[in-house]
Amino acid sequence: MAIEVDGKSYEVDEEGYLVNLDDWVPGIANVMSAEDDLELGDEHWDIINFLREYYQEYQIAPAVRVLTKAVGKKLGKEKGNSKYLYALFPYGPGKQACRYAGLPKPTGCI
Amino acid sequence: MAKAEFDVPELQEYVDVPEVEEGTMAHVKSFVVTKPEHNTDLGFPGELVEDWHDKALEKLDDLRGRYRSLQVFLDACVKCGSCTDKCQYFLSTKDPKNMPVGRQDLLRKVYRRYFTFAGKYFPKLVGAEDLTRETLDDWYNYYHQCSQCRRCSVFCPYGIDTAEISMAAREILDSIGYGQKYCNEIIAKVHKIGNNLGLPGPAIENTLEGLEEDMVDDFGVEVKFPLDVKGAEVLLVTPSADFFVEPHVDGLIGYGKVFHEAGISWTMSTTASEAGNFGMFIGSYENMRRVALRVREAALELGVKRIVFGECGHAWRVAYAFLNTLAGPFDFLDPDYPVPQHICEFTDDLIKEGRLNLDKSQNDDMVLTFHDSCNVARATRMGDKPGGQFEIPRNVIKAVCNNYVDMHQDTIGEKTFCCGGGGGLLTDDLMETRVNGAVPRMTALQNAMNEKGVTHMAAICAICKSQFTKVLPYFGMEMDQIVSVHQLVGNALILTTQKSEGDDEEQENDD
Repeated sequence: MAIEVDGKSYEVDEEGYLVNLDDWVPGIANVMSAEDDLELGDEHWDIINFLREYYQEYQIAPAVRVLTKAVGKKLGKEKGNSKYLYALFPYGPGKQACRYAGLPKPTGCI
Repeated sequence: MAKAEFDVPELQEYVDVPEVEEGTMAHVKSFVVTKPEHNTDLGFPGELVEDWHDKALEKLDDLRGRYRSLQVFLDACVKCGSCTDKCQYFLSTKDPKNMPVGRQDLLRKVYRRYFTFAGKYFPKLVGAEDLTRETLDDWYNYYHQCSQCRRCSVFCPYGIDTAEISMAAREILDSIGYGQKYCNEIIAKVHKIGNNLGLPGPAIENTLEGLEEDMVDDFGVEVKFPLDVKGAEVLLVTPSADFFVEPHVDGLIGYGKVFHEAGISWTMSTTASEAGNFGMFIGSYENMRRVALRVREAALELGVKRIVFGECGHAWRVAYAFLNTLAGPFDFLDPDYPVPQHICEFTDDLIKEGRLNLDKSQNDDMVLTFHDSCNVARATRMGDKPGGQFEIPRNVIKAVCNNYVDMHQDTIGEKTFCCGGGGGLLTDDLMETRVNGAVPRMTALQNAMNEKGVTHMAAICAICKSQFTKVLPYFGMEMDQIVSVHQLVGNALILTTQKSEGDDEEQENDD
C-alpha cells in the first residue's frame, strides 16, 4: 500500500503507518489528516514535531505523561493533559499523531 | 487509516441469549504477519509454508501427545450445551462459531477426521471433516476472536478449557507460518528490546525521571522510581503499558508511593521491563519460557530478595501458575515471601500491618466498582486463602475508598466477563470483536451506574484498562471511568513528609 503526496508515492503498512521513517515529509501528515477529515493547525504541528524529536532521541514515541508534561510546559498547564491531546487527535494522540509524524505504531497492552 | 465500520450494539437492561446467526463474524480477520521476521524471530516459518496441510496435522498430533489435557478436551465434549451462552463474543455477535463448543469444534472436527477410528471411516456420523483451506482460515479468524478468558470452562461439566484449545490452534497456525501480526510483533519486541512496547532503556529512564520530578512538584517528597538498582530488596515486574499510558501510569505512581512509605528498597529492570507474556496467548511454550527467563536473569543480576508483579492479568497467570516451571527454581529469593508476589498482596499486607497512612476521603469524588480480570479470577490466587484473588483487591480498594459496590454477582468473581480485549485481541483491527465482547461487562457497569451510583471501575490488568479506555466511549461513557487499583491507593496515601496545602505560600512568605 502507498499514499500519494505531491506526486510522490510513499509506502505505508496495512494500518496506514509509514514504512520508512526517513521518507517523512510534512506533506504526509497533511494528506493523512485530510483522509481523517482533520485540518492540522499549529497546535497539531507542535505535537507532531515533538513526537519526531523525541523519537529521534529515544527510538520510541513518548509516554503519554512525557508528552502531556512537555505540552504543559510549552502551552500552559491547562493544556498539559490527555483531554487536550484527544481533542486534537480524536483517535488517540499516541496512535493518530504518531501516524501523521511517520512514527511506527506503538503496540502492546495499550 | 482503517475506520471501524460496524453496528455498535445498544446496551439493554440485561444480556439476552440471542438466536444463532451463522457467519456474522466470518469477515473479521486480524492482520496476519507480513514481515517475515515477526515470525522467524519467534522460531516460526516466515510465511505460510507450501505443505501447510501435512505440517498442521503433524503439529496437532505433536500437541495432543505433549498435552494430555488437549487430547481429553478434544475427546470429552458431549454437546450438552452448557457453554453455549457463556461467551461474551457469542452473546453479542450471535455467530455460532463464537460459541465455545462451536469454536472447539473447528479443531475437533479435524482431530476426529485424522486421529480417531470413527472419524477416519465414518466421518459424517461423528462430525469429522477434512482440513481444507477454508477450515484453516476459520481457525485463524475464530481462534483470534477468543480472549482465552476461560469463562466457558467454569460452566462445562467436564471442565473443557476452550482457552487451551485456542492456544493449541494458534500454535499450529504459527508452526506453519500463519501467525498474527499483533501478538508476534510484540513477542519479537520483547525478545529484542525487553518489553511489549519496545521501550529502550533510555526511554524508560527518561519516563521515570519525569515521574520523580512530578512527585517533588506535587507532594514535595522525593519518591523514587528506581531502575536497574543492584542490591534492592524487591524487583518489580510490571506491564510496559504502566510506563506509557493512562490510567496505567497512575497505578505505577501508586506502587512507587507504597514502596516509598513502606521503606522497602525496590527496583525495576530495563531487561525485564515487561510483566506480560504473550507467549501464553499463542500457546508457545518455547516463547513463553524465553520471555519468563528474563525475569529470572534480572532477579539474579540485580541480587534482589523478592519479586513482585504489577497490575497485569495474564502476567499474573504466568507468574503464579508457571513461573517456577518456566524459570525456576527461585531458591535464591527470600523464602519468607511468596514467589512471586502480587502488588495487591504486597499492599494489602502493609495496610493490615498499619504501615500506610491512608485518607479515604481523597477518593470521595468517586463511587467505585471492581472488574475481576479473567486470568486473575480463573487461573490464579492471591494470599493463602481460596478466593483471595477476589478478596484482596477489593480489600485494598475498600481500605482506600469510602464508596465501593460490586456489579451483579453473575458478572464478577469466577463468573466475571472478559473485558473483551484479552488473549491477544487488543488490536485496532479487531475493534468490532472487542466492542461486541465488551457488551456484557458494559451492561453490568451501566446497571451499577444507574442503580448504585457507580462512577468509576477499577481493574488490575493493563489489557482491561486499555480495552475499557477504548470501548467505554462506544457506549456513551467516558474513557477515564476506568482506573487502576493502585491509582486509588496512590490518591489516598499520605506521604510521611508530604507538604500540606498552603506550605508553598508559607515558604514564600518566609523568603
